[in-house]
Amino acid sequence: MARAISNKRKAINTMAAWSLGLLIFFPILWIAILSFKTEIDAIKGPLDVLSATWTLESYSAVQERSDYLKHFTNSVIISLGSTLLGLLIAIPAAWAMAFVPARRTKDVLMWMLSTKMLPPVGVLIPIYLIFRDTGLLDTRIGLVLVLMLINLPIIIWMLYTYFREIPGEILEAARMDGASLGKEVLYVLTPMAIPGMASTVLLNIILSWNEAFWTLNLTAAKAAPLTAFIASYSSPEGLFYAKLSAASIMAIAPILIMGWFSQKQLVRGLTFGAVK
Amino acid sequence: MATLHSRASARLMLSPAVLLLLAWMIIPLCLTVYFSFLRYNLLMPGEEAFTGWSNYYFFITDPSFKDAIINTLTLLGGVLLITVAGGILFALLLDQPMWGQGIVRIMVIAPFFVMPTVSALVWKNMFMNPVNGVFAHIATGLGLQPYDFLSQIPWASIIWIVSWQWLPFATLILLTALQSLDQEQLEAAEMDGASWFNRFWFIMLPHLSRAITVVILIQTIFLLSVFAEILVTTNGGPGTATTNLTYLIYVQSLLQYDVGAGSAGGVIAIILANIVAIFLMRMIGKNLDA
Repeated sequence: MARAISNKRKAINTMAAWSLGLLIFFPILWIAILSFKTEIDAIKGPLDVLSATWTLESYSAVQERSDYLKHFTNSVIISLGSTLLGLLIAIPAAWAMAFVPARRTKDVLMWMLSTKMLPPVGVLIPIYLIFRDTGLLDTRIGLVLVLMLINLPIIIWMLYTYFREIPGEILEAARMDGASLGKEVLYVLTPMAIPGMASTVLLNIILSWNEAFWTLNLTAAKAAPLTAFIASYSSPEGLFYAKLSAASIMAIAPILIMGWFSQKQLVRGLTFGAVK
Repeated sequence: MATLHSRASARLMLSPAVLLLLAWMIIPLCLTVYFSFLRYNLLMPGEEAFTGWSNYYFFITDPSFKDAIINTLTLLGGVLLITVAGGILFALLLDQPMWGQGIVRIMVIAPFFVMPTVSALVWKNMFMNPVNGVFAHIATGLGLQPYDFLSQIPWASIIWIVSWQWLPFATLILLTALQSLDQEQLEAAEMDGASWFNRFWFIMLPHLSRAITVVILIQTIFLLSVFAEILVTTNGGPGTATTNLTYLIYVQSLLQYDVGAGSAGGVIAIILANIVAIFLMRMIGKNLDA
């Protein structure tokens, strides 16, 4: 039974929620505005900033100053690479645990989760030294490997919870009809699992794109993704608000858009299925 | 026969993931523990020697260790308090009927998708800067003295920045949990004359308790490892005012090249995280049976 809500109460709710939303969103909105201003205008007071002329010059300046495209490409390769590699290893594992559960399946799952609890700083030194000695330091392949490993438990868990919702009878029916394992996976499981896989991929791209411990510690000039590129703005030379804003907007925009589309799945992925 | 066959192939499919995670966990972990008992400085290669517990002694008695532990715990407590209390309030508000709920939701969730280096630099420069920041402009506009947040109250400023990043996470999860609450139960309570506070306290809060626990535990894992926000704003200073355990280990090992002491710190960080992990695993493990 839907309750009638007075328009007055609805209006108050709307006002309160919108002010709150705008307040939280304001920093992002503000850099979006600053990124379209000149450096001289960008350090003025809020009202002067709004009335100043709009320009695109910061966006081109960022590319000239520090080769934004190179870092963007690094971010794309690292986040996509680690996600796809992770998927390749996680799909069989999740499939096996969801459809052929053994006595120890739950323990294996919990153990996988426990690797996620290992604080990165606890293994920073060995990884750093191994990378230094094997020439993986400041390479994209090195970061792909590390990010794949730190996100692998999340990928397996998410896929596992999605796979478990697929009725096992369908697979049995396919098997009765003589489908081989490969065909079973390709024609029966995959179509049903695509929505779950899509959100798993999305969440993992977001997580790897924003990862800022390993990317900062294991890269220098060559393989630095956008997280490290933005960190280079922490020691500014001269006026840089508009350029920092433009660089920030370009660094967060792709993920912001993806994130908005995957809000619901995000909850499930980040809580390992404990909240749906 | 089919089951035996599929069991064998299942094990085969599971093994790459298990072996990789095993290697990822065991090899670095053993090395960290091993290094922590060595005198090992990257500037003096070839002079490694077994030193027993002296790295631990050195790391723990270093005055910055006490500061780092206090900072780690105050950040944890502060951010959890702000995000959980704020998250409950925001979730309750966003759950109300209103116009444009979808847009508000998008605005509230946005900070979570902003990479840590961006949010820290934006707050540091565009807002907290004592000359050109928005807060300074507002203060001068009101005839007040601008406040230098990052040098006057550096740790509180970082707690604020980190809270801004995690408040959306708490809100999103608590809102999701709130929306799964049975509306009829609330209506029945209302018809029986329960006040709003009583409905919140006796129906909503118990319903949310599980989500709140999950929020606390997951945030704890990430908050113990806050790093980028410190690196780009204060570099751990002034003094050790903004050094947490993660940052101290980074300074010790990668800036001062003392691998031995850094590793001892790493082992301490692992122990700390494990205490938290035990609780989280129990929570999630329970859910598996449900």
